[in-house]
Amino acid sequence: MTLADWLLALCVAIPLFACAANSALHAQHRAQRVVTLACAALLLAVSFALLFHVQANGVVASQMGDWRAPFGITLVADLLGAAMVVIGAVMYLAVAVYALADGAEERERQGWHPLLGGLMLGVSGAFLAGDIFNLYVWFEVMLISSFGMLVIGQAREQFDAAVKYAVLNLGATTVFLIAVGMLYGATGTLNMADLAEKVPQNENPGLIAAIAFLFLCSFGAKAAVFPLFFWLPAAYHTAAAPVAAIFAAMLTKVGVYALIRVFTIVFPPEAVPMIGPMVGLIAAATMVTGVLGAAAHWDIRRILSFHIISQIGYMLVGVALGTPLALAGAVLYVVHHIVVKANLFLVAGAINRAGGSFQLAHLGGLWKRDPWLGILFAIPALSLAGLPPLSGFWGKLVVAQSGFEAGQAWLAAVALAVGLLTLYSMLKIWTEAFWKNAPDDAPAALGLAGATRWLMLGPVACLAAVTMTIGLFTEPFAALALAAGEQLAGREAYIAAVLGSAPR
Amino acid sequence: MEPLLALLFGVLLGASVYLMLSRSLIRVILGLIVLGNAANLSIFTSGRIFGFSPPLVPEGATALLDGAANPLPQALVLTAIVISFGLTAFVLVLAWAANGQLRTLDTSEMRFAEPPGLPAPTPEEAAAAEAPLPPARADAQPPRAAERAAA
Repeated sequence: MTLADWLLALCVAIPLFACAANSALHAQHRAQRVVTLACAALLLAVSFALLFHVQANGVVASQMGDWRAPFGITLVADLLGAAMVVIGAVMYLAVAVYALADGAEERERQGWHPLLGGLMLGVSGAFLAGDIFNLYVWFEVMLISSFGMLVIGQAREQFDAAVKYAVLNLGATTVFLIAVGMLYGATGTLNMADLAEKVPQNENPGLIAAIAFLFLCSFGAKAAVFPLFFWLPAAYHTAAAPVAAIFAAMLTKVGVYALIRVFTIVFPPEAVPMIGPMVGLIAAATMVTGVLGAAAHWDIRRILSFHIISQIGYMLVGVALGTPLALAGAVLYVVHHIVVKANLFLVAGAINRAGGSFQLAHLGGLWKRDPWLGILFAIPALSLAGLPPLSGFWGKLVVAQSGFEAGQAWLAAVALAVGLLTLYSMLKIWTEAFWKNAPDDAPAALGLAGATRWLMLGPVACLAAVTMTIGLFTEPFAALALAAGEQLAGREAYIAAVLGSAPR
Repeated sequence: MEPLLALLFGVLLGASVYLMLSRSLIRVILGLIVLGNAANLSIFTSGRIFGFSPPLVPEGATALLDGAANPLPQALVLTAIVISFGLTAFVLVLAWAANGQLRTLDTSEMRFAEPPGLPAPTPEEAAAAEAPLPPARADAQPPRAAERAAA
């Protein structure tokens, strides 16, 4: 086994171990915490090693059990996959630390640690899967863990939300499964690199287009794009703060990742020419409906949930245009969005703790009480809106530039206008929660002091530092994103790495 | 054989959509189960039915004999059956727990996470509508059930 084999296998094995060990230690919360934190730190180190390895050596693939591709299960890491695993590990660690603070024992009794391990197992596996059926299995691993996590807390509205979330997501994955079956029937293979060679040669383009549309529907539902996003605003605002943060960071982004992967490698724009323009319309509609939905709400978590939808549209611009620059914009935007959106949900939890509510009407005067909390909210909020010099500015810049260069100026214009409306929503939270005087009927707050303060605001500050680093020292991140975009649009490196590697 | 199975796939798909459009959560879950079986059938049919003997390489031979079944779709379907079994079990438990908490399985009355009063004219009213409801009491009844009881 080479170094690449070890790194790829460990990225899946570490969260698997976290899930299994935490299940075995179900009543010993102190040991569970140690396992979760150690596994998260280890996963972060291994995923960074994988990213540097991929940067130095190009796409790497590993055949599990020495079954040669396309017959066995392949794990592949290109720059996009490796970067996603890194950012997933960052979130894993941040959320694991944050979750030590707020109501930790209650969550731990309801299975927080094993479920978090299971979720990260599904997420890492999905980012590295080189086989489309394998991708389906990782989706299901992620889904079953997220079902369990959503009802942590066992409040009445959580059961209502979980039913809708479960039913709509199960429907979407079943559509995915049907599409996988039909793709197998049409091409006789399910390995993505092998599909990349066989799909364009298929003599029945109508059938391929129909299958591509099924994939678009199922991944679109996962990524919460217009008009398939309804499960997200029905569910996310009911989850506990760390659960909502990890959901907001990873779940929809796995859907976006699958869209990028499938519509660059398996169904390149030449094979299904109508997908690009269709995704462009979907992207614009997603951006606009998400941001307008957020404008109508006065609960911080609901506002943030609708902004997830709006931001998914920016990432889809990359899929719609398909140029290396547009794909680079999508990669940069996904990385930026995962950090910032999870951070905002974590801050929302801290605001609830300091102000006693998520309702803007019940909040107020927080700036006077706790200016640090205000600064830690302002950084990700302004980054989300895309103000320089934060990471969101560069993400939006590349997305807009790729729109202009590809002759789709309208898409770039929609993206910029939606950025302004995003700023409106963030200012709404700012003025209501931080600037206006506290209302007379303000609810009693638990307070944000002592160890809780450090455990909650520590991860928030670290993630804010990440978004400032991406914003101020953009060069290496932009170079990485551009290289990832070239790799995705080029396809050859991926195919050669998977099919060219002989069993070792 | 394949056209017949394809037709059955269509019938199952239609039945599952019909069930999932129902207001009763139990019917929706039954629809999901039928949909999962339809998906399994579609994978099985996509693999072509060209043989009926077990796909085992006999002693001394190096390849499958003619008339052996295609093993890959069977492996895929087996995986999918296991996964859908686990998820269905979870969703049934979820429905049971939801029934205990919400006192209803009528999807049009399940409005606890998304209240109907939005968007409201003022921030205060919106906040009031968005605030979570008080915890369920044992004697609490959903509005429609109360109406029915009164009638």
